[in-house]
Order: sequence, then structure tokens, then C-alpha cells
Amino acid sequence: MSLSASATTPVTARRRPQLTGLGDPIILGSFTLAAWLVLLLVAALFITLVIAAWPAIKTVGLTSLQSATWDPNSNKFGVLSFIYGTIVTSAIALVLAGPIGIGAALLLAEVAPKRLATPVALLIELLAAVPSVVFGIWGLYVLAPVMRTVVEPALQRWLGFLPLFQGMYYGIGMLTAGVLLAIMVLPTVTAISRDIFEAVPRDQREAMLALGSTKWEMLTRAVIPYARSGIIGALVLALGRALGEAMAVTMVIGNKPAIALSLFAPGYTMASVLANEFTEATGQQYVAMLIGIGSMLFILSMILNVFARLLVLSVAGARGARR
Amino acid sequence: MHRNRFVLGLTGASLAFVLTSAIAGAAGQLTGAGSSFDFPFFSRAFYEYGKQHADVQVNYQSIGSGGGIQQFTAKTVDFGASDVPLNPNEMKAAQASNGDVVQVPVTLGGVVVAYNVQGVAGHLKLDQQTLAGIFLGKITNWNDPAIAKLNAGTTLPSQAIVVAHRADGSGTTYIFTDYLSKISPQWKSSVGTAKTVNWPAQSAIGAKGNEGVAGLIRQTPGAIGYVELAYASQNDISYASLKNSAGQFVLPTVDSVRMAASQKPNVSPDDYSIVDMGGAGSYPIAGYSWVMLWKNQSDANKGKQLVGLFRWLVTDGQTYATNVRYVGLPKNVQGEADRALASIKT
Repeated sequence: MSLSASATTPVTARRRPQLTGLGDPIILGSFTLAAWLVLLLVAALFITLVIAAWPAIKTVGLTSLQSATWDPNSNKFGVLSFIYGTIVTSAIALVLAGPIGIGAALLLAEVAPKRLATPVALLIELLAAVPSVVFGIWGLYVLAPVMRTVVEPALQRWLGFLPLFQGMYYGIGMLTAGVLLAIMVLPTVTAISRDIFEAVPRDQREAMLALGSTKWEMLTRAVIPYARSGIIGALVLALGRALGEAMAVTMVIGNKPAIALSLFAPGYTMASVLANEFTEATGQQYVAMLIGIGSMLFILSMILNVFARLLVLSVAGARGARR
Repeated sequence: MHRNRFVLGLTGASLAFVLTSAIAGAAGQLTGAGSSFDFPFFSRAFYEYGKQHADVQVNYQSIGSGGGIQQFTAKTVDFGASDVPLNPNEMKAAQASNGDVVQVPVTLGGVVVAYNVQGVAGHLKLDQQTLAGIFLGKITNWNDPAIAKLNAGTTLPSQAIVVAHRADGSGTTYIFTDYLSKISPQWKSSVGTAKTVNWPAQSAIGAKGNEGVAGLIRQTPGAIGYVELAYASQNDISYASLKNSAGQFVLPTVDSVRMAASQKPNVSPDDYSIVDMGGAGSYPIAGYSWVMLWKNQSDANKGKQLVGLFRWLVTDGQTYATNVRYVGLPKNVQGEADRALASIKT
């Protein structure tokens, strides 16, 4: 920031000398205020959640992390199955959307001709604007039957030796939720990765080509390493959306508070249980427990975010300095 | 120039008119919140009432029964609506907030047992024990002898049963589990009656809303679940004929649900369950939805408007329940509700 300020100040100074003394501090002040406001909002949100969840934290507290039995009627508030479902579905989403999204971005940025790349990119970004309830309905009526009749039988037939693909399949379950999430986060991954690839300096590529490399070698050795930290940033954003998605997941996951190894089995996520039960929850303890799940989701996404950033630091390493 | 000033004046005048009418509207506005089940009926009925009484505008927020009870207790709305009357704890909180509460039934709902079994035409017959067995997860295949015995002449496929249920907290689940608790001691002790329960069947899958459950049933061969009568009658879905406590198999219809309700004229917030009623032609899974009002109204004018509105709603307004395929209150219950509303002090 200081770099750009020193670079532009002399220019503006020559044009509008009367603003030099005042402009910088005003801009600096308002930016600082905006930055602090964001921090303050996050802190206020978290504090409010903890206060509202306090009756549950006081009584159930961390013991809720030791059980997967969720039965509000008999005051059993185990949240493990929700945490499990959240992590599993988000992981499926990233495993599927990551390679596909990055691949699509590479194609759009590096291979496809501009007149094809621009409309396709526009369509992909349009996908990001589809409301999640529409994804949910599509998932229930279109994706789930396809999963039940085609994808899941095939997986069981060829990969059935893995515990992940055993047991009954209904078309509704963690795998379907993960696939739906993958489709939902795909535009995020693609759009951001494409921008990052396009920001890779030309001289990087030209230097690589000048050394006699093929296009593939140029992409894998010059473009992708340069863009790596940005790609991980895109994946972190995608993860955020996957973790917090409630409506679409609720419609296809089966909403069963149980931990099953099979991806075909119905499961439950933290965001779904909030979407399902919050409006009709009565009783102080029950409501507080649901808000407690909300704050756990908050903490979980924070932990995963920090984890992802550490990953960026470790793989980007010295490269960070160049950005 | 003159023309411009004229237009300006006109704009100002109309703006003033809009503002004053907005304020007048706010003064005559009644607010309520709660049950989403009631919403289609309320929005229709309140609109019709507003046409006859220009001074009464009702703003109803369909935020769910739990939210309705909270908003009512916090006095942010004039009335609350819930699919289940206040429980003792909620009643205590409400009384501490603003004194006695009058609760009246405003509409009736039935719950339909819907299924997807290939090759079965007509309505499958299910009795109490079989239905409870299916939802407890003890009967797991459609060709189970218990189902076959009730449906002699129907060839049932060998297909695993998938239990579909509401995942979101709902009055429909409450009524359905109320019924299961009534007919099965094991259900009562191990699962119970609530808007959200822990479904015991191994194959249980939860879906959001009536449309979610119906969608799941339609797409999953072997599925069985429950949806609201109003929803089932507007959608093409197969449903069962259930054995009532008089030993008859009865199909869910507006009439058979009203028949069940009329068996219990003295329904009250303390004794409100109308599942498994006897009597010829009574459908066994039904329940009321309730409205809560303060017994002592602080604002006399608003109080009079509220009482007038709901006395109309539980009597003449019931026509609009039938219009949206809800079940109107039986005549004897209308009278009880009207008397309870007349006791409100304004």
C-alpha cells in the first residue's frame, strides 16, 4: 500500500495541490476504519453466539463432542454426527470441484480461443448466482435419481471392496450432498483460478517456452507453481461455501444424525440441523444447543481456514515474498 | 413553468396522502406470528376479512410455531399461532410476561401415510400394529406377512422399506408421532411425541418440508412416509387406508378428519389430542392448530378488533379453510372456540 501511495502521490499533487495534505489521511483513516469494522463485526457475531449458547455450554459443554446421539426430546445433545457430516461432504466437494475447477480454469485461460473462453466463463460465473434452494430442488429431483440408478450401483460394483461404497444406497446421502456441493462451489474455484492464471506474467511463460518446453510443461512448471497460493485461496473460499451451505444440502443428505463409514448412507451437517430445527425448537436448552452448533460451525470454519492458510504458507514458501 | 409547479404540488399531495394512509394503516394493523401450517389458510381468510372490515389489516409472519410462541411471549406480536398448545413451561413464561392466555383451535389438519410400492393399485390397508412396526423398523420388507395379511389379493413385491420423515421441526410430525405413541407403547417409551424425534428405523431418511418428503417418496422405490392431507390431496401420490379404533379402514379425506374431530367436542389446550378417535368413518391421524391471545387486552380498541377477527375466523371464516383444502372446525368445536374468545377482556 505504501508503495502505490508513493508512486501516485506526485501525479495527483501536480494536478490538485490543495488536496495533498488532506486526501491521504482521510483515505487512510477510512480504510483503517473499514478494516477494524470487519474485525469488530466478526468479534461481535461470535460473542453474541456464545452468549446465546451459554445455557448449553454451561450444562452440556464439551460432553456434546463425545456423542453422536441427537435426541432433543430426551435431552441428548451429541453433535459428533453433524461435525462428521459437515467435514465429509465438504471434503467430497473439494476433491471433486478442485481438479475439475482448476482444469476448467486452465483450459479457459491458456488453451481455449478467446471467443469460446469468454462465453463459457460467463456461463460458469452465472452458475454462482443460482440460489441454493434451486440447487437443492434440482438435487432432489434430478441428481438423486441419477445417483441411485447409475452412479451408486456403478461405484458399488467397481469399488465395493472399499468400506466407503458399501451398504444400501438411496440416492439420498452424504455422497449426493457432496456432489451437489461440488457443483455449487465449482464456479468459485474456476472463476478465481482463471483470474489468477491470467495474472501470471507473460515473461514466465515465454522464458519457459524459450527453454524449449512443450505447452504442458510450461503450464505445469511455470504457470501452476506461480499461481499455487492463489489457487489454494480459491479452494479456501470454496470450502467456506461448502461448510456453511444449509438449504441445498438439507434437501439431499437424508438428515440422519448418525455416523456411517459408507458415503451412500444418509448423514447430517451442522448447517442443515440449524436450518431444520431452529424455527420449531422450544425450550431454553434446545435453542441454546442449536446456537452452540452455530458457534461450533464458526470455530470449525475458522480452524479449517487457518489450516488452509498455513498450507499456503508452507507450499508457497519463499514465493510469498514475490507476490 | 406553471405546469411544473402543478405537477410538483400534485406529487407533494399524493406523497402526503400515501404517508397519512400508511400511518392510518399502521394504527389499525394487527400482527401475528407462528405456524407455517396455518399460513395458507390465514392469508386467504385475513384477506377476505380485510375486504369486509377496511379498518382491520392483519400482518401474519409465518416463522414457525416455536418462533410464534417466543414472539407472543415477548409481546412483539398481538397473537401467536402454534400447531401445539403451549406446554406447561411455555405457559408459565407467558403468564409471567403478560398474565393469562386464551388458546383456541382455528383449523384442523390430517396426516396421510403415503408410499411408493411398485405394482400396487388402489390404497394399501394398514392397521395400528403394522404401521407402528414399519416406523419402528421392525417390519423391513413390503412382503412382510403382517402387511400381506391385511391386503389379501394384492401382490406385494419383495422390496426393502425406506422410512421417509420430516427433518424440519413440524406440527405434522407432532400429530403423526402423537398417533404412533397412542397406538404403540414401545413407540411412546422409546421415541415419544414431538415436532422432531429420533427416528428408530434403520432405513429412516429425513427430508425438508412436505414437498421434500413427497419428493423422496415418489423417487424412492419402497418408501413410506407421511404428509399433510392438504398437500397429499393436491399432489399425485399413493396413500394408505388406516384402521381406526372402531375397526374400520378409513381413507384420509376432509370429511373423515372432521368426523374424527367431532368425536371430541370438549377439546381444550390441556386435552387436545384427537388421534385414534373411535366412531364410524373417523380417520385416525388428525390434530388442531391453535391461536394464542392475551386474556387481558391493554389496548381496548385493538383487543376488540382481535376478538372480532377471531370470532369470525372460528365460525364463518372456516369456509376459507375448505377453500385451501384444509379441514374446517366441526360445528360443536366452533361454538367452544367462540365462547373462549368471548371471555377475553377488552
